Formats: sequence, structure tokens, C-alpha cells
Amino acid sequence: MAQPLLQVSDLRVEFPTRWGTLVAVDGVSFHIDPGEVLGVVGESGAGKSMTGSAIIGLLEPPGRIAGGEIRLDGQRIDGLAYDEIRRIRGRRIGAIFQDPLTSLDPLYTVGRQLVETMLTHLPLTPRQARERAIELLHEVGIPGPEERIDHYPHQFSGGMRQRVVIALALCAGPRLIIADEPTTALDVSIQAQIITLLKRLCAEHGTAVLLITHDMGVIAETADRVAVMYAGRIGEIGSVADVIHRPRFPYTVGLMGSIPAIGEEVARLTQIDGSMPRLNEIPTGCSYHPRCPLAFARCTIERPELAPVGGAAVACWLYHDAGKAGAPVGLERAPREASAATERARREPKPLIRVAGLKRHFDVSPPWIERLLERKEKRIVYAVNGVDFAIARGETFGLVGESGCGKSTLARLIVGLYGLTAGTVSYQGVSLSTPHERAHNHAFQAKMQMIFQDPHASLNPRWRVYDIVAEPMRARGLVSSAAETRERVGELLHQVGLSAADGRRYPHEFSGGQRQRISIARALGGEPEFLVCDEPTSALDVSVQAQILNLMADLQARLGLTYLFISHDLAVVHHIASTVGVMYLGRLVELADTRRLFKHPRHPYTRMLLDAVPDLTMTGTRRIPVAGEVPSPIDPPSGCAFHPRCPFATERCRTEVPRPVEIDGSRVACHAVEEARLPDGQAA
Amino acid sequence: MLSFVLRRVVQSVVVMLGVAMIAFSLFTYVGDPITNLVGIQTSDAKRAELRETLGLNDPPPVQFVRFVGRALHFQFGISYQQKRKVVDIIAERLPATLELSMLSVILALGLGVPMGVYTALHRDSWLSHLMLSLSLVGVSLPTFLIGITLIFVFAVQLNLLPSFGRGEVVHLGFWTTGLLTASGLKSTIMPAITLALFQMTLIMRLVRSEMIEVLRSDYIRFGRARGLTNRAVHFGHALKNTLVPVITITGLQLGSIIAFAIITETVFQWPGLGLMFIQAINEVDIPVMSAYLLLIACFFVIINLVVDLLYFAVDPRLRVARPTAVGG
Amino acid sequence: MSASSAAPEPSRLSEALRRAWDSDLAYSFRRSKVTMLAGAVTLLFIGSALFAPWVAPHDPYDMASVNLLDAFQPPVWVDGGDSRFLLGTDDLGRDVLSTIIYGLRISLGVGFASVFFAATLGITLGLISGYVGGTVDAVIMRIAEVQLSFPDILIALLIDGTLRSFIGPGAHANIAFVVVISAISLAYWVQYARTVRGAIMVEKNKEYVEAARVIGRSPAFIMLRHLLPNVMGPVLVIATISLALAIVTEATLSFLGVGVPPTQPSLGTLIRVGNDFLFSGEWWITIFPGAALAIMGLSVNLLGDWLRDVFNPKLR
Repeated sequence: MAQPLLQVSDLRVEFPTRWGTLVAVDGVSFHIDPGEVLGVVGESGAGKSMTGSAIIGLLEPPGRIAGGEIRLDGQRIDGLAYDEIRRIRGRRIGAIFQDPLTSLDPLYTVGRQLVETMLTHLPLTPRQARERAIELLHEVGIPGPEERIDHYPHQFSGGMRQRVVIALALCAGPRLIIADEPTTALDVSIQAQIITLLKRLCAEHGTAVLLITHDMGVIAETADRVAVMYAGRIGEIGSVADVIHRPRFPYTVGLMGSIPAIGEEVARLTQIDGSMPRLNEIPTGCSYHPRCPLAFARCTIERPELAPVGGAAVACWLYHDAGKAGAPVGLERAPREASAATERARREPKPLIRVAGLKRHFDVSPPWIERLLERKEKRIVYAVNGVDFAIARGETFGLVGESGCGKSTLARLIVGLYGLTAGTVSYQGVSLSTPHERAHNHAFQAKMQMIFQDPHASLNPRWRVYDIVAEPMRARGLVSSAAETRERVGELLHQVGLSAADGRRYPHEFSGGQRQRISIARALGGEPEFLVCDEPTSALDVSVQAQILNLMADLQARLGLTYLFISHDLAVVHHIASTVGVMYLGRLVELADTRRLFKHPRHPYTRMLLDAVPDLTMTGTRRIPVAGEVPSPIDPPSGCAFHPRCPFATERCRTEVPRPVEIDGSRVACHAVEEARLPDGQAA
Repeated sequence: MLSFVLRRVVQSVVVMLGVAMIAFSLFTYVGDPITNLVGIQTSDAKRAELRETLGLNDPPPVQFVRFVGRALHFQFGISYQQKRKVVDIIAERLPATLELSMLSVILALGLGVPMGVYTALHRDSWLSHLMLSLSLVGVSLPTFLIGITLIFVFAVQLNLLPSFGRGEVVHLGFWTTGLLTASGLKSTIMPAITLALFQMTLIMRLVRSEMIEVLRSDYIRFGRARGLTNRAVHFGHALKNTLVPVITITGLQLGSIIAFAIITETVFQWPGLGLMFIQAINEVDIPVMSAYLLLIACFFVIINLVVDLLYFAVDPRLRVARPTAVGG
Repeated sequence: MSASSAAPEPSRLSEALRRAWDSDLAYSFRRSKVTMLAGAVTLLFIGSALFAPWVAPHDPYDMASVNLLDAFQPPVWVDGGDSRFLLGTDDLGRDVLSTIIYGLRISLGVGFASVFFAATLGITLGLISGYVGGTVDAVIMRIAEVQLSFPDILIALLIDGTLRSFIGPGAHANIAFVVVISAISLAYWVQYARTVRGAIMVEKNKEYVEAARVIGRSPAFIMLRHLLPNVMGPVLVIATISLALAIVTEATLSFLGVGVPPTQPSLGTLIRVGNDFLFSGEWWITIFPGAALAIMGLSVNLLGDWLRDVFNPKLR
């Protein structure tokens, strides 16, 4: 039997702190064969990044390897002297980190950084190294490499930078790459490009990959095997098909159930209550037992080890305890029926919110003297460039798009945080387009509230939760006494799944998911009818996201709320929204019912977006990632903004801005669709 | 880039004019220039005549323009106390201050930067701890106290070095230097150290904190992940990134050596511009005061301009344009 | 995260105290012996200064109790020392220890007053500049920039010298205090303004501020109740460090002869006066005030350093 490339046995990583020793990685064992892609998946705090750092010897002190072995090609590499492990890094093990922006030294050209790395490890002359560098840049898909090699990092866009990072990681020819969340910071379409690139290169060079990520979809597309980590241990490890379609470890089952998938429609996502334990509060026995619906006595006392079950290995007493036979676990979710609210919404003719011709431009020109002397032009960001839609009462309107498409700006335009450059916003027919109108029609304005993306920044760290939740009702004068306030706040906290006693605490004492609940409680305090939600779950772990999405659905049913839900995650929008709008560079390119949009996407960009979503079901459809980068809204292309990347673009697309057209219940702004030029596309 | 330079130049001119206005108001409104020039005995008629001749009855804006014009020609008037041309006094004392300052700059930079780098790279060594403690002392003590202590130890107790003055000087054309004589050199040591100490510790702490910050960044981590040698990581990448912001601040700090020279020169009775300024304040010698102000302001404005340009030259992010719209 | 139901609820005060003791701030303080020493010394000095009339063994400015015959007594441990005057006497027979304590009073008094005014001016301007932005911000920052391009000591000297010249030599001695405090305050406000402005510009884009706007709070409310509390951390650091700087600057100005009036000497004045006697052998008249100044400066700086490390989020 061939020796594995990497063998990790019983690895243990510890952090001594003032509160005692934290164990980040607790007895982890796995192996990687040459050329194989092993995914390590888990939520934040599971210890996956720590494992990767330990392998390459880059643990930040005071973290240290406290036990176990790491063998590369049979040779032990943990505990080596600094200079020896330095030689291994880059040459035999490479690494890719998450943020391409900060991974490159801004003061050196890309070529210099490549050549330097190669000269450190390989016996090349500088001239040879430079040639090799140009070759590499070409391989990773950077156009014009002979020129670009002398450019500085800031002259590359995000996706291009990550390609450079990949080139740097591969340039000395390592046999193993540790990729730590390589695509998390990128847009969906770019993500697809990078995943494809990584797969191809590693296959061509025969490089093995340890792919660390929280995104199951990326694993499904890229990995051969996958290990699921929880609280510093591996709960399940097996082939990707096995783990994804036949999960055995209860946590994996819960995890798979909480991921919204475009192929299915469910009323509620599987919810794992609670959250991952803090590193200094890890329960005895199996660390998952407090959250596990199937835990029994042995789980609380003894810790299970990985043992084979079927083709995979699972660390769970359900499979290894003599008393329990077979696994009762499985994915069970109720299919969705159209909710009563949505039905009512379709019948009500007058929309709750209507926006027409919305535009918002930001002037970011350099000061006039610069423009005068250096003949620079005026620079205007066309963040929102003409958007029309309406939302009915009780509906959930989903807005999707990539970064720079203007969806966040749009949200703030509706709520009044930004002024409008042009167009109107009206609520129940009352216009709220100018600050004057908003102040004048105060009662209508107050029916709108907003929930934000970042759970850390959306609550004032110096205010108690009680005051945070009470603020809207106090500001609007809805309560007249301290007693009334106390009652209301307690009610709200209860409604979002927290307790009244939590009011006395400060935000930093809560987890991300709990902070979003507090945000929701605050928004509800103003007794709104309409909630604008700007990526409320994007910063949360998948299982926590499921909790919040279920909560929002419950609240909507109970209180009759209307949502505008903004996200870049198509699967989430598919799950929660009844109507979906797709934005690209400040314009709405397609608008339709959720079902219709995902089953019959019409606009080329929509099709491309859907294509780019990592495929959990792995039906094996060949992916053709769309070329090009997401352009910047400062200098949008003329005519249809999508034409540079569109395979169906014609001369007309270059000159004329397409008007929205109704086709079969979808509203699409595309010449090709209008002219019925597109092949009939059906999403898988 | 051109517009940037232009803007800064315009700004500098505005600042200079502002300082000129302050200097001018000192001239015009403090005390009576006539009294200071001619003494008490002179008759009123004579005074009135003098007023007229000197143009002191003209409207202030006119006087201001004249003032600026004269200043540009280095005509600063006549010292009330010394009854000599101010520009002569300045020319006499300039070399002393400049020599002292340049020595201090060399000391401060030459010791401060390497010490900063060392303490950043070897954070736990005893030498680092020692240097840091000393630096704390250097930053906390006022300059004059350092000077007095040095005098006390080396001049009074040990009788090794002279405690005041410049020693023997050698005239080279219009310049006088104390560096070519033994007594001159001995006299320079303590003032130079006193002047340099504060700046040196400041630079050292700045370099240290910047470097520690830089060593934490992602690209350093990535560099290590690629197996680059310590030397490449520390000196190639970290040091270069550290020096970029440090250059600008250092430039400004070094300018302030000229200001701190005022104190040092007072303590050591060093015959430079600083001592001249203090004496002028105490004697209310307006022409000298305003001349010093103008000179110093001009000097700082130039330093700031140079520092800004240096920043431009060193950081490629400012020099080279970002990618526009559709990336390649 | 549910609170335990068994134990009775602790009172809010003891709860707050326990929190404070357990907090990162107090922990870090307790851990560093040096910082605790610096804190103790600072408290000692401030205490002595405040209670000078009761702490000092003599009143050096009461002309009746001062005797010329006592002049130039060395410190008590040197031959010829007098146990009445622990650190010796000066040229007029005043007890050096007492003059130091009273001098501390002046030095600290001027220091705190300058910091107070500089902070008030700087924070206010910084708040407005950061939140309102636009032209107001541009103007304030221009002025700050220009001022920053000159060293603080020079600015202080400039303001001091100019004010003096305008007021004239015959003015009342107490005007000198106003002059010195104004000079130092105007020299150091910029630090506060810039720090506050920087912090505000970061905070004002945070989502909790947007939330407050959506809720309908006025800009004034947001500035005072939401932003200000989040900005006080860095301000505290600057305040401590600038206290040390203010003390040093005042000492320097007094040493140069352009500081506090000679009738109410600060440590700087004492050093200057004593400097004349350094060569004739009466070193204690200048060295002891010098040592007091040095220790004071060191302690405050140490405290400032510690505060800076505590508030640095990246070091957590």
C-alpha cells in the first residue's frame, strides 16, 4: 500500500491563557494521499484553521502543538528546528490564505515576490526564475503576463490577486497545499473561477490539497474526501458523496439539513439549537451531546473515537455502542406549502412599497485642481442606476447580486439613510422621497425598520442590551413609563428566543447569532410593518443562519411582517423569498417569482449566477465559469452593463440600455431575451 | 502628482504669510520702535520726522508689504539690544546651531533606527528590555534636565567636559566650525547627546511599534508560509514596510531638533540661534524675535514639503494608478 | 446563557465592583508591578501636592519663618546637615523639600489645567469635525495640520512670547499663569482633535450608528450618547501622555524664564534658580527638584504606556 503523503496522528494544539489552557485541536487524526483533495469543514471555532497552521508550522504563539505527530512522506515534521521547517514550507508544503488583499506585500512587484520565492528553494538563476514566473502567471490565467509581472499588487483586482497568490504557493513545486478559506472573500462568480483553477492546477501538478472551509458547496465540488470537525475533533470523515448524501454523525446531519439548497423547497430548515461551545467550556464525553437530539447516557461520560462505519469513519456512540443498532439519523424536512401570507399578498392589488426610477450617484471625483492640472475626469459611482419594483404586504422580496451591484445602497435609499439622486419611494401610496417628506409623514416612515449584516458593529458596545432594544420605542414615544418599557423589552427578548435577564448584559457577551436576535428585537420594538434586512445572516455560521432564518419566518407569520431580504447567497434567497430581483451594476436585470426564477432563469447573468453556485447535489453538470471580473460601478460599460461578459452580446447591447420586458411572468431587461435569441435554458 | 506639489506649495506660502503677519504685528504694535532706536532724549519733532522717514505713518497693509519685501531680501532691521543688523547676528550664530543639529540628527537616526529594529525582532531579550527602559527615561525627562544632569556628572563631579560654550572655533569662509579643535569637539559632545536623546528614543519607539505591527500582517505570514528566510522576511519585507510611514514622521521629528536646540543652547550657553531667541524674548528685542520666527517657519515649511514628496517617492500605491473598471 | 436561578441576586454595586476587578483593565494593572509602582508614585505626588500645607514640613513662602542664617544647609545625610531640613536649604534659607512639594503643586496644577483645556477644545473640535465632515472638517484639519508641522515646544514658546509681548512687562504676576496655560493648551489640542476625529470617522460608519439614524435619533443625540462613549478610550490614553508632556513643557518654559511667575515657582523654576549654584557646590538645590520632576514624568508616562496597551484591541 502506498504511503500517504501526510499523516496526522492524534494532534493536539493548546493555548495557555489567563483563564486556563484552551484546547483548540483535541486529538485529530487523518491522512492525505498524494494528489488527493481532502476537505476539512466545520463552523467557526471548530479548530480547522488551527490544524492547518499546525501542519505548516505557523501557529501563533502562545499556541503550540502539545501532542501527537505530523508526518510528511513518513518523516516527522512537528517539532523540527526552525530552519528545517522553513525549508519545508513553500518547497514541500504550500499555503493559501483567505484574504488576497493583505496576502501580498504592497511594496514589491508581483514578479519580485515570485522570483524571490523560487530563488529561495530552487537552484535557478534569476533569469530562469523570471521566465518561470511569467509561465506561472500565464498558467493561473493572468492575461499579458510579460507586462503584469512588473505590476504591484494593488494594480490587480481581487480575483486576479488570488490567482497570483495561487501562483506564489505553487511556484516552488510543493506536493501539498493547505488552502485556508481560499474563496470566502470573493464574489460568487469569481469563486467559481478560482475553484476551477485550483482543481485543474492541482490535478495537473499532482498536488494534494487540504481544503479548509465552512462552505459545504465548495467541498462538494472540489474535494475527494471530507472531514467534519466540531469543537476541535473530527466527528466524521469519508468520501464526499458518502458524507454529504449519507451523513451519519448527528452534527453532520444537522449541518446538512440547515444548508438551504436550491434544488429543494422546505418550510423550515433543520435547526441545531445552541451554538458551538467555547474552547474553555467543552463538555465532557462527546462534545456535541448538549445539542444532540439523540444523545444518551454514555455520550455524556465517555468520548467516542473515530471508527469505521460503512465506507466512512464516525466518532459517535450511536454506531459503536453495543446497545444501539443502526443509525436512526436521517434528513427529514417538511416540504414547503405556499404560506397563507403569500397567498393573501398575491390577492392584494396595492403594493406596500413601491420604488420607481431610483437612482443614487456618488461623486468621488478628485478635487478640481487635480482635474485641472492632470486632466483627470470626474468620477461618479453609479451605485443605483434606475430601479423599479413593488413589494406587496406580507411578501418577502429577495434581492440578490454580487459586490458593487448596489443592493446595499438600494436598501439604504429605501430606509432613508441616503438621499435619492432621482426617483421616488412610496409607502402605502405616501411619498417618502425627500428628507422633508420623511419628516412630514413621520408615521409612515416609522413603519420601516432595518436589520444589518455585521452582528458586531450593529450594536453599540457600550450600551446594555436593555437600552438597545428599548431605544426605538423610547424614540418614538411608544412607552410612557419605565415599567411599561421593562415589560415590552422583556416581551421582545422572549419573542426572539432570549430571556428578559439578558437585558442587563452587554453585546460582547453574546454570540453572533444571539446578537442578530437582539438586532431583530430592536427593530421590532418600533412596531414596524416593513423590515429591510441587509445580509442579516451572511456573517453567521450555517447552523446559526438556519436558526435566524427560521426565526424570521416565524415572526413574519405571527406579526404579518413584510421583508426586503438582501443577500449574495442565492440558496438563502431561494429558501426565504417569494419574489426575487437580480441586480447587476445598479440595475434590476430580472424580477420574478422565486420558483420561476430558479427553474427558468432568463437573463444571461442570472443563468451565470446560478451556474456559479457550488453544486451540493453534485449532479456532475459541467460548469462553464463566466470570464471576466465584476466591473466597478465607477465606469460602467455603455448600453447593457453586462455586455462585456455576455456570450450573447450584439452591437445593440453595446449601445442601448435594455428595457424591462414581461415574459411569462418574469420581468427581464435583456435584448437577447426580447429578441428571443436565447436557447431555452432550464436550470438543473 | 503635479497638482499635489502645487497644492502643497500654495499651502506653504499661505503658512509663511501667516507667520509673517504675526511677526509683523509684533513689530508694529509692541512697544515703540522709535523709542528703542533713539533713546529718551530725542525731541518730539525729531521723532515725528523719524516716523515719517521710516514710513511708520503709512497704513498697515502697506507697511506689511514692505515688511515682507524686506524680509525676502534678508533685511530684518536692527536689534534693539545689540544695535547691530539682525541679519549679521543671524549669520554669526547659524553655523553653531546647524552644526549641533546635524550631529544630533546623525546620532538620533544612527542609533534610533537600529535599536528600534532590534527591540522589535528580539522582544524578549534582556538587551531589549534595557533599551526600552532607557527609552522611557529619554522620553519622560525634559531636555533641560538631561542637560543639567550631564553637566553635573561630567563637568562638575568628574571635570571631564566643559559645561558651557563652544570651545575654540575655526573660521572657514563664512562658516565657523568647532569640530576641528580638541576643545571644540569636547564642547560638542554633551549638547549633542542632550539634543539627540529625546529624538532618538522617540524614533526607536516608533520604529519598534511600527515594525511589530508590520510583523503581524498577513503578507509576512504568507512570506513565512513560502519558506522565505528570516533575513528576507525581516529586512526585505518587514523593514521596508516599516520605514515607509516612519520616514515621514521621522522627517518631522528631525525638524523639531531645531526647536529643541533652543533649550539645549540655553542650558549649555551654546552661542546659536536658539539662545539668541531666548535672550530676545527676555529683552523684548522685537526685530530679532520676528526674524527668528520667519526663519524657523521657512525652515519647517521646507522640511514638510520634502517629507511629503519623499512619501510619494517611496510608496508605489501613490505613484502608480489603480486599475480602472473592467479588470484584465 | 441563562442566569442561574438558585442564588439571590447580588446588589448592582457589588456586581459592578466585581466586574471591574475582573476586567481586563484591572487584571493587566495588577499583573504589572512596574505599573502599580508608577500608579502609587503618581498618587503620592498628587496627594502631596493637593495637601501641601499639611504635608510639607515648613512653609517656604512665609517670610516670617524663613531665616537667612539657615541658607545653604546641605541635606541631612551630609556633614553639616540639619535634621530640620531633610533635603537641605536654598540660598534664602528655605527648606528644599517644602519648596519641592509646593512646586509640585504648581507643576501639577498647571499640567492638569492645560490638559483639561486642551482636551475640551480638542474633543469638541474633533467631534464636530468627524461627524459633520465637509468644509468644517477641512478647515479644522487644515489648521491642525499646519500647527502639527511645527514642534509643540515651539508653538508654546511662540504663543507665550507673543502674549507676553502684547501684555507688556509690567503686568500682574498672575497673568503669567493664564499665559502659560493658554500656551500649552493651544499647543496640544491637536492630538485630541485628531484622535477623536479619527475614531469618530471609524465609528460613524458602523452599523449601530446607522441603526440609530433609522430609529430617528438626532445627530446631537448620536454624537453624545452613541459616539462619545466609544471614543473615550483612546482619549484617556492621550490625556495621560499629554499630562506628562504638559508637565514637561511647563517645566521647560519656566526653566527658560518664560513660564510661571517667580513668586510661585514650579519645579522648573526651582531647577533654574538652583542651576546657578551647581558649580559652587550646592548641588542639592537643583538636583532634588530635578529628580522629583524626573520621577513624576516617568510615572505618568508609564501609566500612559500601560493604558495604551490595555486599550489596544489588537493586543487583546
